[in-house]
Amino acid sequence: MFVRGLKRKCFDGEEDIEGTLAGIKAIPSYNLQRQSLLDMSLVKLQLCHMLVEPNLCRSVLIANTVRQIQEEMTQDGTWQMINTQSTGQASLDRLVSTDILCRSSREQAEGKHVPGYGTFNKDFEGDQGQDSSETMSTASSVQAPRNLPSNVWEMENPQENKGNFQKSLDQIFETLENKSPNSVEDLFSEVDNSYYDLDTMLTGMMSNTKMGHCDGLETFSSPTNTASNSNCKSDLNELDHIVEILVES
Amino acid sequence: FLGAGGGNDIQWCFSQVKGAVDDDVAEADIISTVEFNHSGELLATGDKGGRVVIFQQEQENKTQSHSRGEYNVYSTFQSHEPEFDYLKSLEIEEKINKIRWLPQKNAAQFLLSTNDKTIKLWKISERDKRPEGYNLKEEDGRYRDPTTVTTLRVPVFRPMDLMVEASPRRIFANAHTYHINSISINSDYETYLSADDLRINLWHLEITDRSFNIVDIKPANMEELTEVITAAEFHPNSCSTFVYSSSKGTIRLCDMRASALCDRHSKLFEEPEDPSNRSFFSEIISSISDVKFSHSGRYMMTRDYLSVKIWDLNMENRPVETYQVHEYLRSKLCSLYENDCIFDKFECCWNGLDIVMTGSYNNFFRMFDRNTKRDITLEASRENNKPRTVLKPRKVCASGKRKKDEISVDSLDFNKKILHTAWHPKENIIAVATTNNLYIFQDKMN
Repeated sequence: MFVRGLKRKCFDGEEDIEGTLAGIKAIPSYNLQRQSLLDMSLVKLQLCHMLVEPNLCRSVLIANTVRQIQEEMTQDGTWQMINTQSTGQASLDRLVSTDILCRSSREQAEGKHVPGYGTFNKDFEGDQGQDSSETMSTASSVQAPRNLPSNVWEMENPQENKGNFQKSLDQIFETLENKSPNSVEDLFSEVDNSYYDLDTMLTGMMSNTKMGHCDGLETFSSPTNTASNSNCKSDLNELDHIVEILVES
Repeated sequence: FLGAGGGNDIQWCFSQVKGAVDDDVAEADIISTVEFNHSGELLATGDKGGRVVIFQQEQENKTQSHSRGEYNVYSTFQSHEPEFDYLKSLEIEEKINKIRWLPQKNAAQFLLSTNDKTIKLWKISERDKRPEGYNLKEEDGRYRDPTTVTTLRVPVFRPMDLMVEASPRRIFANAHTYHINSISINSDYETYLSADDLRINLWHLEITDRSFNIVDIKPANMEELTEVITAAEFHPNSCSTFVYSSSKGTIRLCDMRASALCDRHSKLFEEPEDPSNRSFFSEIISSISDVKFSHSGRYMMTRDYLSVKIWDLNMENRPVETYQVHEYLRSKLCSLYENDCIFDKFECCWNGLDIVMTGSYNNFFRMFDRNTKRDITLEASRENNKPRTVLKPRKVCASGKRKKDEISVDSLDFNKKILHTAWHPKENIIAVATTNNLYIFQDKMN
């Protein structure tokens, strides 16, 4: 599982830059490097979801890294800056695709008998009762660092409006399932085209208050942005739109 | 023993290599664990395909005093099969994560092997005789017509070609929600522990339908999960003591006499972070991938991504020794994070007291002598194929001008990793696993 290279946006290998064309430009700023690392980590977590049996240790370590970055960004105010940027509709759609794919995996984890994805959390020791009392953080919770882990391994507990999406997501999932592995990968390769696109995705997410689906992505909401998660009708319309895109592709 | 001979460094020679020669590695052949038994006569490997291969050392040939016995295949069996967990819609990999031998009590050998979910106790026994001369059966097994039996005879044992049979004697299943990373047999030889990402269970070797949970670090709210268990081991002498390591670089020592659920450690070993080395990768590289006690039990060794640390059980606040395995990778952490190599779990092993060994990339492995403070880098490669030829030390050039015979960091092959190594309990013989080959090296005998 290899993520597309970050060539020269990375923290290390700076000595490679010297003497090359890229070296003539300035070495990427710390903020840019940090942002790249954040993006890379998010993609890794998303890819995690599609694996048969995600490695819990690896996921925990990546999530902790993301949390660290978020905390630092919150502290030095970079978080605020991201919010002020705006983005077009196209990136929003792509963002939603990502989200739906992300969500699809989780839906599967909720108990549909579809091979290929699992949850970390279904104890067969039978403490389901206890687990169901835990709730996934909702969009209204604005503590960025805390929300993140929920989308990584707390798969069991539905969001409040999950039920409304269930049907559409089932459709999406069946579509995905029927595709060959290659096309699923294609869907993903579209997602992580380049890190700048991922940047755009994230910023697009920030400025749209309706995108309350994916907890993980929500964590990057600024503290001032109280994303609502209850506009079901418009969400459903968007979902239909996504289904169309996926079915056609 | 090393050290007894006046401190001369061991000279390691190639002895044997097992496994396919192709560069194309079949996934099932990837070696996932290596372990000598208590006498060193047997060497077991487990692979990703769920198979166990056991090698046996030949009896030493008195006329060939310049080499120790070679290891040849003794038994091969399928330990675990892939499974499908219907409840969770999950495939359970058959990859063997760990093998641990029991001490030998009778003619048969016993080992524990485990995949992500299930531990099995295997009995390996020899058969070199078979009964012949039954009254009611022919030699080929067909039943004789009773009316043709006119005399009675006593069946006798006659020699046959040696057959080594492996049979599963116990299956310890359904006790782990998460992936098992360690098993460790207690010094009482009656119980053992198995550890997954969040829990550790205690078993009795005779009882398969029950295990006791002795450590549980699963938070009530999974959103709060920030740390997992990475390895666990029983103390070699004290049957109520065990340690477990975490992804945050801590080791906890627990005493089972203190309480049934060892949620509170007796000791916590943790080295304070070096602020000058702090980066976003600090936590990841501090995650401990292996923990091993010295034979005496006075010390334990931990392996994290860049180093090996020796801890004195009496001192919790820092290790007594730290050895850098491949410090030149510190400036490459971002790339290693990108290609996931930073999550590679290297193991480590002792010669018992004063030399420790661990693997690295490019099929290099490293040894550190605690007495002389010298270290050496060697390579497991088919190019050093001649038996009794001393291995040439390798050197990685971190920066600046590369000397002759040095290899630069950027030329290292990160797909060739040595994660598993083992040291013979009594002799200077080591087993080093590359991706799909097993190398055996011995010290040069005079």
